[in-house]
Amino acid sequence: MKLKGAEILMHCLQREGVDVVFGYPGGTVLPIYDALYDSPIKHILVRHEQGAAHAADGYARASGKVGVCIATSGPGAANLVTGIATANMDSVPMVCLTGQVASTLIGKDAFQEADINGIVLPITKHSYQVQKTEDVERTIKEAFYVARTNRPGPVLVDLPKDIMAREIDFEPDESPVKLRGYRVMKGVNTGQIIAAAEAINKAQRPVIYAGGGVITSDAAEEIREMAEKCRIPVTTTLMGMGAFPGTSYLSLGMLGMHGTRYANYAIGECDVLIAVGVRFDDRVTGRLETFAPNARVIHIDIDAAEIGKNTAAHIPIVGQAKEALQALLPRLKTRMELTEWHDVIAHWKDEFPLRYGQPSPGRIMPQHIVETIYDLTRGDAIITTEVGQNQMWAAQYYLFKEPRSFVSSGGLGTMGYGLPAAIGAKLACPEKTVFDIAGDGSIQMNIQELGTAMQYKIPVIICILNNQYLGMVRQWQELFHEGRYSYTDMSHQPDFVKLAEAYGAVGMRVNRTEDVRGALKEAMQITDRPVIIDFWVEREAGVYPMVPPGESILNMLGGDLDE
Amino acid sequence: MNKHTIAITVENRPGVLTRVTTLIRRRGYNIDSLAVGATEDPTVSRMTVVVEGDDAIIEQVTKQLYKLIDVIKVVDLTKEHLVARELILIKVKADHTVRPDIVQIVDIFRARIVDIGRTSLIVEATGDQRKIDALEDAFRPFGILELVRTGKVAMIRGTGEDNRRR
Repeated sequence: MKLKGAEILMHCLQREGVDVVFGYPGGTVLPIYDALYDSPIKHILVRHEQGAAHAADGYARASGKVGVCIATSGPGAANLVTGIATANMDSVPMVCLTGQVASTLIGKDAFQEADINGIVLPITKHSYQVQKTEDVERTIKEAFYVARTNRPGPVLVDLPKDIMAREIDFEPDESPVKLRGYRVMKGVNTGQIIAAAEAINKAQRPVIYAGGGVITSDAAEEIREMAEKCRIPVTTTLMGMGAFPGTSYLSLGMLGMHGTRYANYAIGECDVLIAVGVRFDDRVTGRLETFAPNARVIHIDIDAAEIGKNTAAHIPIVGQAKEALQALLPRLKTRMELTEWHDVIAHWKDEFPLRYGQPSPGRIMPQHIVETIYDLTRGDAIITTEVGQNQMWAAQYYLFKEPRSFVSSGGLGTMGYGLPAAIGAKLACPEKTVFDIAGDGSIQMNIQELGTAMQYKIPVIICILNNQYLGMVRQWQELFHEGRYSYTDMSHQPDFVKLAEAYGAVGMRVNRTEDVRGALKEAMQITDRPVIIDFWVEREAGVYPMVPPGESILNMLGGDLDE
Repeated sequence: MNKHTIAITVENRPGVLTRVTTLIRRRGYNIDSLAVGATEDPTVSRMTVVVEGDDAIIEQVTKQLYKLIDVIKVVDLTKEHLVARELILIKVKADHTVRPDIVQIVDIFRARIVDIGRTSLIVEATGDQRKIDALEDAFRPFGILELVRTGKVAMIRGTGEDNRRR
């Protein structure tokens, strides 16, 4: 059959199971948009291309499928960059389709030409520029394959306008992808599994340190089985929230810079550390020499380059977390007894629980808001966050019980992520209640996406923890720069209630603790539009406990007494 | 810090060189020399990269390189039995008074004079890095006007079978 490049593209997207794409039209993607007009694929028109990238990312994280975004050449493609870098740092499968000037104009500094392949080179898993219409099918197939397999990541495909417009004879090619330089990882080394099992069976004070890789490889069930079979306490990274139920007696919550004291102390004392799908990030480890100093480290990861990158592993296992854990589980001894180790941890939990103080009049404690959201949803909601204090309080005080329920920019720490990601997550999981836990600074970075949520009647609940500060930076200035609040005071801000109403959304303001629950309940009743709740929170509330940057995770500030 | 010679087999596609060099730079490693060219298979190119670093750094570079989709194979040649060669062109100051001395050096190094100017000569030589360094040193007193080196290319001796027997 005769098909244009853009029509072949639509065919390929459907074959990959794409049901929704996020994008913004423009000159060089006109042929693509023309083909989209007749396609059953749903297109969500965002208000800024960064929103498209984050929405595709949020969709991917919530669903486990590949997220797709489209932008025109030049500024459109450049606007995707922060979103692509965000997905790359957190290993999110995404295919980004960018228009490009006609192939005859490439390199001539044509209108809206940018070398997007050059720009995204260090922040993608791979990228392509399609050179002829005949290559469209193979390229799209490869792009999805690379994006979703092994350690996932964003793949960009640059599509020159003339190549999309040209018509060719097209016969679908159903052959599988073959790439000489890329093989999908299968199986694990049995010798290493045996060594790991021996270490775990002998351990007196084991800890599981679970990260985003557990969620990616769908291994939360195996983590739970291992933890329960051997009674091993589990701490998760920010990316690993939901990899293990926060409600379990074996849960230590999050570790690291803003982890719980008991998680960090457990790391300090453990004799075997079972690290699964993690990368020993500096926000987790603090000063590396003092991270799990007495432990034999078992490191399971799909990416061989992660093993030994930041710290040496005694028992490295390269492979899918799920496969590795399934191989490991039958070799582990069932251990029903509670030991001294469990007593020690229980004691730490009693002595150093997460806690916070009382608010000033007309203000609310931000932690209380997150706790109330948890209370009303019982861990069944999807929580997206912006970045900063709001993100840390969400991670500390919401007890995630299943994977893909926490959607947050961990590695890159992208402010403005939460709202577009919430839109993507809600489209992926329409039956779930979706909250964006936001700060007043972050929300203003992509507030325009309220327009998108309105247009498609996407009911996400935006909870602004409004302290009129760039709170996390302010906290660092308070602690490490003698309280010199250099440009972190953001008291000049829009009236968020009126702003919501200007878009046609619902706006509420809450500044009394007793009104928090009612407002949230009311917001959860609204099903046809987004809601902004502007919570006036204690201005100088801090995120505690906290490990000062570069220090040992055992040296924590705060959280040991009532602030 | 040791010098490592790494052979990287890659897809012969536009942009692959940039991917490899960007990756090495981004991870903070310095490239001493780099030579790229076609191989017996026209769809495959081979890069020979000399990088400075301890074994842990080289292991990390190798693993990161393997993650590039266009990279087919990465081999650290440093510990292998190698034939390693580099080509150098040197334009050396040479009026008639010193030409005999230069010719003598050229003979000793089994190099070749490939151009004769009024006051200069261009000398071409191939060899391993030590020989090329020595040649450069030998000409320095005469005054080197211009110098270019290709960077090292290298190959493991024999076949897999030979190496097992050895």
